[in-house]
Amino acid sequence: MVVQRHHGWVSDDHLADVAAVLKMTPAELDGIVTFYSRIFRKPVGRHVILLCDSVSCWITGHDQLLSRLRERLQVDQGETTSDGSYTLLPTSCLGACDHAPAMLVDERFYGDLDPDRIERILDSQEDEES
Amino acid sequence: MEKPLTENVRADAKPIDLKSYERAGGYRALRKALSEMTPAEVTQTVRDANLNGRGGAGFPAGLKWSFMPPVSESPPPRYIAINGDEMEPGSFKDRLLLERNPHMVIEGALLAAYAVQADTGYIFVRWAYHEAHRAIKTALAECYEAGYLGDHVCGTDFGMNMHLHVSAGRYVAGEASAMLNAIEGKRAVPRFRPPHMATLGLWGKPTVVNNVETIANVPHIVANGPEWFRGLSRIQEEGGTKLFGLSGKVSSPGLWELPMGTTLREILDEHAGGMREGLRFRGALPGGASSGFLGEENLDVPLGWSTVAKIGTRFGTGNIIALDDRTCPVGMILHVVRFFARESCGWCTPCREGLPLAVRLLTAIERGEANSEDLEQLHWNAERIEPKTTFCELAPGAMESLRTGLAMFRDDFERHLTQHRCPWKKP
Repeated sequence: MVVQRHHGWVSDDHLADVAAVLKMTPAELDGIVTFYSRIFRKPVGRHVILLCDSVSCWITGHDQLLSRLRERLQVDQGETTSDGSYTLLPTSCLGACDHAPAMLVDERFYGDLDPDRIERILDSQEDEES
Repeated sequence: MEKPLTENVRADAKPIDLKSYERAGGYRALRKALSEMTPAEVTQTVRDANLNGRGGAGFPAGLKWSFMPPVSESPPPRYIAINGDEMEPGSFKDRLLLERNPHMVIEGALLAAYAVQADTGYIFVRWAYHEAHRAIKTALAECYEAGYLGDHVCGTDFGMNMHLHVSAGRYVAGEASAMLNAIEGKRAVPRFRPPHMATLGLWGKPTVVNNVETIANVPHIVANGPEWFRGLSRIQEEGGTKLFGLSGKVSSPGLWELPMGTTLREILDEHAGGMREGLRFRGALPGGASSGFLGEENLDVPLGWSTVAKIGTRFGTGNIIALDDRTCPVGMILHVVRFFARESCGWCTPCREGLPLAVRLLTAIERGEANSEDLEQLHWNAERIEPKTTFCELAPGAMESLRTGLAMFRDDFERHLTQHRCPWKKP
């Protein structure tokens, strides 16, 4: 997690370095690392959007949010935008079902979403950065 | 109506700091236990209070503590681990306590540690709860500063160190023994039992695992006594209040601290304002995605572990997901089972192979591309994946909504087959 905090993801080289410190083989460590969903073994965008697809969010409109995000970012889940800004990933329940449907953008939580609100959130995110 | 867990939480969603917590009576129960009670007396008090585990299984907390071997047999290190992984879809109760009342969780953990003579504690919190990480970290630092943690808690010989462990993310890591593997830095697969965690837990040492909401009740039980705690509940065998949640297409989804044994009708009508306008209630999963459907005929059942078990399913976390008449029940069940298929650790065959098969069948039915043999196969699956055939409770939990849903929504499944499409989608 420390490696990921600094580099955004864990490369093979980083994995081998950490394995050496822990006196494990890289394969052994990779078995642990790939078990967990929050450790990335592929590069991700500058921001990671985690869209909840669990049951309460599905009931309250997850599918419409996903189509809007796909349209706007021109990527499918598991992909990164061509400019490297966003990676779109599904996530299981974010534990805020009273504000479903919901998503996390990096560490920031957004609830009570609808497709237009998603547009506004991404607009303001882009404004902040430009 | 008393609300010991939430009466002091701040409206602005900020955590209660140490000073405010102490002003409201915080850490008095800890001082009382350390100065007036033996560890065994604390355990007995919690046993007498009928505090059932709020993580989903409802196992009596005091009884669990009593399984810990005496210090003379198993000297330190001895551990306590607080489970705040909360990844059960539809559940959002522990988050509130971790984010807004972190000291109540820590005081409860300290009391449990004193009762079982543990010297080290871990608070295991899921990755997505960033606010909770900050709140717990700050609260732990305040406790070290004030002498509630360290080698001499409140100046006594009782020493306790406590750490925050942030999960790297996986539903099965919330299974108590899998959580211990996660804390040890291994793959979070559940452990074979026996040996039980009380004898061989973290790093092979005696360990007690309690859920966040369970442990948050302990300071109140020690401060006010078991009789008071039992009196909060409407069910004889299960003491206390419960953080009930309700989500889905209801008017005001939310989380409320109510007496154990409150009915679904009360929660739905009085607290959530009923279903959204124009929608009718069709059923609900009472305790997260791993519980089975309750129908309209169950609206007046007092909700608790013993009472819900009597009507054929699990009370689980008490965080309810409602199904309305404009949402496809097959689609809802598909999404529930798909979650479990994705989160399976892959260790045992019924879970690794059986859940994806159920997802394929449900997907085909939902699209109207299945026949009656597929439906039969789905029934077969739902019946065969049960606690006797799997290594842990994940896969049987995954089958609860399917098993009960197949019976309750039989006509809806049939309509997908005969109409060759989902009747809830526009043709």
